[in-house]
Amino acid sequence: MHATILNLTLIIIFLPLIAGLIAGVFGKTVGRDGAHWVTCTGVAISFLLSLVICKWIYIDQVPAFYGNFYTWSISGRFQFNLGFLIDHLSAVMMAVVTFVSLAVHVYSIGYMHDDPGYQRFFSYISFFTFAMLMLVTANNFLQLYFGWEGVGLISYLLIGFWFKRESANLGSLKAFIVNRVGDMGFLLALAGFICFCDSLDMHTIFSQAPQLAAQSFSIFPGTSCSVVTLLCILSFIGAMGKSAQMPLHVWLPESMEGPTPISALIHAATMVTAGIYLVSRMSPLFEYSNTALSFVLIVGATGALFTGILALVQNDIKRVVAYSTLSQLGYMIAALGASAYGAGIFHLITHAFFKALLFLAAGSVILACHHEQDMRKMGGLYKYLPVTYISFLIGALALCAIPPFSGFYSKDAIIDAVGMTTIFGGHYAYYCVLIGTFVTALYTFRAFFLTFHTTERFDEQTRSHLHESPWVVLIPLIVLAIPSVCAGFILAKPFLYQTPSILDGSIFILPNHNVIAALATHFTGHMQHLLDSFHTLTLWFAIAGIFSAWLFYQRMPNLPAKCAQRFKILYTILIDKYGFDRFNEKVIVKNTRTLADFSFNVADVKILDGIIVNGAGRLVTWFSSVVRRLQSGYLFHYALVMIVGLLGLLFWFIY
Amino acid sequence: MLSHIPLLSLMIWTPLVGAVITLFIGRDGHDNRARWAALITALIGIIYCIPAYIGFNNQDFHMQFQELHPWISVYGINYALGVDGISLPLIFLTSLTTLLVVLAGWQTITFRIGQYMASFLVMSSMVIGVFASLDSVLFYIFWEGMLIPMYLNIGIWGSENRSYASIKFFLYTFFGSALLLVVILYLRIHANSFAITDFYPLKMSMHAQIIVFLGFLLAFAVKVPMWPVHTWLPDAHTEAPAGGSVVLAALMLKLGGYGFLRFSLPIVPDACHMLDKWMIVLSLVAIVYIGLVAIAQVDMKKLIAYSSVAHMGFVTLGSFMIYSIVQATGDVSEAYMSLEGAMVQMIAHAFGSGAMFLGVGVLYHRLHSRLIKDFGGVANTMPVFATLFMIFAMSNVGLPGTAGFVGEFMVILSAFQASFWVAFFAAMTLILGASYTLWMYKRVFFGSVTSAGVDSLTDINMMERLYLMILAAGVLFLGIYPMPLLNMLHATTGHLLQLSLVSKL
Repeated sequence: MHATILNLTLIIIFLPLIAGLIAGVFGKTVGRDGAHWVTCTGVAISFLLSLVICKWIYIDQVPAFYGNFYTWSISGRFQFNLGFLIDHLSAVMMAVVTFVSLAVHVYSIGYMHDDPGYQRFFSYISFFTFAMLMLVTANNFLQLYFGWEGVGLISYLLIGFWFKRESANLGSLKAFIVNRVGDMGFLLALAGFICFCDSLDMHTIFSQAPQLAAQSFSIFPGTSCSVVTLLCILSFIGAMGKSAQMPLHVWLPESMEGPTPISALIHAATMVTAGIYLVSRMSPLFEYSNTALSFVLIVGATGALFTGILALVQNDIKRVVAYSTLSQLGYMIAALGASAYGAGIFHLITHAFFKALLFLAAGSVILACHHEQDMRKMGGLYKYLPVTYISFLIGALALCAIPPFSGFYSKDAIIDAVGMTTIFGGHYAYYCVLIGTFVTALYTFRAFFLTFHTTERFDEQTRSHLHESPWVVLIPLIVLAIPSVCAGFILAKPFLYQTPSILDGSIFILPNHNVIAALATHFTGHMQHLLDSFHTLTLWFAIAGIFSAWLFYQRMPNLPAKCAQRFKILYTILIDKYGFDRFNEKVIVKNTRTLADFSFNVADVKILDGIIVNGAGRLVTWFSSVVRRLQSGYLFHYALVMIVGLLGLLFWFIY
Repeated sequence: MLSHIPLLSLMIWTPLVGAVITLFIGRDGHDNRARWAALITALIGIIYCIPAYIGFNNQDFHMQFQELHPWISVYGINYALGVDGISLPLIFLTSLTTLLVVLAGWQTITFRIGQYMASFLVMSSMVIGVFASLDSVLFYIFWEGMLIPMYLNIGIWGSENRSYASIKFFLYTFFGSALLLVVILYLRIHANSFAITDFYPLKMSMHAQIIVFLGFLLAFAVKVPMWPVHTWLPDAHTEAPAGGSVVLAALMLKLGGYGFLRFSLPIVPDACHMLDKWMIVLSLVAIVYIGLVAIAQVDMKKLIAYSSVAHMGFVTLGSFMIYSIVQATGDVSEAYMSLEGAMVQMIAHAFGSGAMFLGVGVLYHRLHSRLIKDFGGVANTMPVFATLFMIFAMSNVGLPGTAGFVGEFMVILSAFQASFWVAFFAAMTLILGASYTLWMYKRVFFGSVTSAGVDSLTDINMMERLYLMILAAGVLFLGIYPMPLLNMLHATTGHLLQLSLVSKL
C-alpha cells in the first residue's frame, strides 16, 4: 500500500506537468484542440486518482503516507529531500485542487476560445496545478517552498497573460514583488528551521515543538521571544503574502487583470488558500505560541471586516468578488488564530467551490457583455442568462452563509469558534467577523442586484448580441453549483462535529485551545443545527445585509449616491482603499527609486567612480605632468639641481 | 590508464594551440575556417571534461590528476598542476563557457573573426591554468596572462566607449593583483617553496597574517568584485561584446571567489577569522546596496552587471560566514552548507548571468541598443526568445528549480545560524532581485510594440536557439538536480574547513 500511494501521488502530480509541457513546448504541433485535450485529460486523470487516494485515506482508513522520493541535495549534516505526506489534510486538498482545476480547464475551452495565446494559457494552468499539488503534498518545507514559489510564478505569468496591456503588466509585477515580501519571511522561517531543528522535514520539526517553545531568542537586543513564536510569525508573514492578508493584500485586486478563469482557480479557490494550508499544516508549532495565534487572529479578523467593506464601493464585478475573496480569506485566517483549524480548512473547501462558481459566473456575464466588467453598464441580465443567474445566486447565498448552503456551515463554525476563543484579541475578532457577515451580504447582493436585476443599462449593440454562454462554460458552473449547495451539509459533521474529526490526524490542537471540540458537544443533528441558526445573530446579520442591498439598489437606487454624498469622507477613504496603494506608491516605491537613483548616480558614479577611481587616475596624470617638468633636457637645469643637491648634502653633514 | 595522460596540461594548452591555428588559418578573410577551427578546439575542450569527470574521485580531498615538472629550478618554481573539488567544476565551467562564446560569436562578429575567436581560446587556456595551478608563480602568470586577451577583446570588439573601459579594466585589476605577487614572494621566503599546498601549514603571527590577508584581499576583491572596488565591472561589461561579457561574468569574477577559497581561508585563517565581520558587512552591502543600484539602471547590460555584483556577494558571504557559524553552533558540520553554497553560487551565477548577457547580445545584435527604453513589447515579435529569457530572469530572481536558487538558498539558510540579521539582509535579495529583474523584463518584453525597430525584430535563429537552450538546460538541471555538483564538493569542502578553522598562530 505504501508504494502504491507513492506511485499514485507521483502520477497525480506529474501528469499535469507533462500535459503542460506538451501544450507549451509543442503547442504549434498539437494545435488548439490538442492543447486543451491533453491538459484536460491530464487533470481529469489526476482528479480521479485523487478521489481514489481520498477513498483510501478517508474510507478505508489507510494510515497516512510519509516518505521521500528524491534527494535534492546534501550539504554537511543537512539533507534536503522531496517527499510526500499524504494524510487527511493533503488528500482533501488534492481532491479540491484537481476538481476546481478541472472545472476551470473545461470552462477555459469556452472562455479563451478566441484568444491567440490559447496553448500558452492551457500550459500555464496545467503547470499551476502541478505546482499547487507539489505544495499541498509536501512532507518538508523545501518542497513546500518550491510549490509556493512555483504557484507564485504562474500567478505572475497569468496575471500578465495579456501582456500587451499595461495594467496587466503592472498588476503582475506588483503581485510578484508583494508576494516576495512575504516569501522573505517564509524563507527566514526555513532558515530558522535549519538553525533550530537542523532539518526541513515536517515530522522532525513538529516533534521538537515543545522544546522550541521553551527556547528563547533575541532579535533586538533587550527583547526576547520564544523560538516557536519567531518561527510561526515568520512563516505567517509568508502566508500573509500568498493569502493576501493586510497589509500585503494589495496585489490581489490587481490580479483581476488576468483572465477570469485564472481569477477563479488561482486567485480564489486554490493558490491564495496556500497560506491557510500552511498554517494548518504547522498547527503543531502554532499551538505552542499564543502570541503567534493572537497575531494570526487579529490579522485575519481585521482583513475579514475591512477588506469586505471595500467591496461595497467597487463597480467592477470581478473586483467585488476579489475583495470578497480577501474578506473570506480573513475569515479562514481568523479561524486558524482561534485554533479552529478544522473550520478554517472546511471554509477553504466550501469557499473553493462557491467562490470559483461566483467567479466563473461573473466570467460568463463578462463573456456575454463582450468583456465589459463594469456593473454600471449591466442590469437586468437575469432574462438573458438564466443558468448564469441561478449559478450566481447559489454562489451568493453560499457566500452570505444562508442555510442550508455550504458557506453557512463553515462560516457559522468560524464565527462560533472565534467567539469562544480565549486568547488575546478574541473579542475584537468576534465583532469583526460578526459585522463582516452583514457586510458580506450587502456587497454580494449589491453586485447581484446591479448585475441581474435593476434596469438594463447596456447599449443596444450589446443587447443584440446578448445570449447565454456555450455549454462548455455552463457545465462547469453546474458542476460547481452542486457542491456549493450541499458540500456543507455533507461535510460539516465529519469535519467539525464528530470526535475525533477527520482532520485530527493531521492537525494538532492543545486541549485548552480546542474550541471545535466544544462546539461539537453542542451539535445534536443537522435539523436542529439549521433551526438553531435562526436564534443566532449571524443569520440575522446576513439577512439584514441582503435586505439592505435590495433596499439600496433595487428599491431606492438613488440612495447609495446620496449616502456617498453625505458621508463623503468615509466614501473617499473607501475609494482610496484606506490609502494602502497610495502609501506603497508614494512612500515605498518612490523612496526606493529615489534611494536607488541616489545610490547609483551619487554614491557609485560620482563618489566611488568619479572622485576615487578616476580621481586616482587624474592624480597620477597630474603628478606625472609635474614630475615631467623636472626632466627638461636642459643641461643647466640638471647642473643647477646637482649644485643645490650638493649644497644640501653639505649642509646636512655639517649640522 | 588515465593517470598517464597529462590531462590538465592538455586542457590548458590545447586551446592555446587551437588559438594559434585559428589565427593562422583565419588570415586573409578565411572567416569560416577560423570559426570551425575555434569550434573544434572548444569541442575538444568539452571532450576532455569527460575523462576528467569520470576519473575524478569525489571521496578524495587530495589534489588529483597531479603533474609536477621542475621549471625554473634555480628558484624552486615548478610546473605543478592538480585539481580538487573546488577547481574541477570551475574548469568544466570554463570549457563550456568557451564553447558558448564561440557559438555566440559565430554570426554576430564580422570583424577580425579569427582574432576574436582566438582571444577566447587564449582566455580559456589562461583561466584553466589559474584553476589548475598548484604552484603560486605559475598561478600568478596565468592570473595576469588572462588580462591580455580580455583587454584586447574589450578594446577591439567593444562598443563606443571601449577604450576607456578596457584601460580601466586592465589598470584596476592589474593594480589589485600587483600586491598578490609581493605576498606570494613573502610566503615563499617563509615556506621555502612556491607550492600553494606548502603555504598551508605555515605558522604566522597575527600581524603577518593580516598583512598577507590584505594583500590577497585587494587582488581577489577587485576580481569578485566586492563593494567598493566594483566600479570597473559595469563599464567593462557594458562595453565588451556579448561574448566578452559572458566570459567576464562566468569566469573572471569566479577567480576572485576561487582565490579566497584557495589562498585566503586556508593560508591565513586567523586573520580571516578576525576580519570576517568586515567581510560579511561588505558582502551584505553588495547584496543590498548594489541591488538598489541595479534598480536604477537604464542600460540592460549595466543592470545585469550590477546584479552580478549583488549575486557574487553571496559567494563572499558564504565563504566568510563559516567562522560565525562554527562559533555559534560549535559544530564544524554546520558550516559545510555555507561554503558549498558559495561554490554552487559561483557556478550558478555563471549560467544565469552568462545567459542574460547572451540574451542582451541577441537584442543588441538586432537593434544596436542596450537601453531599456529602446525596447518594449519584444515578446510580441520574439516569443521563443522571450520564453527562454524568462527562464534566465527567473534564475536571476532565485526561483526554486533554477540554478540561481540553490546557492542563495544554501547561503541564506546558513546565515541564520550566524545571525538573524545577516540572514535578514541577505534575504532582501528576494525582493530586490525580483524588482530589478522583472521590472526590466516588463519594460523590455511586455507591453505592446513601441517602435518600428521592435516591430522589425525576428525571433532567434537556430544558432541562437542552440546556445540559449544549452544554457536553459544548464539552469534547470542545476536547479533540479544539484547533487552531482555537490558530490564533487563535499570532500574538498571538508578539507578546506579543516584548514580554515585551525589556528596557525
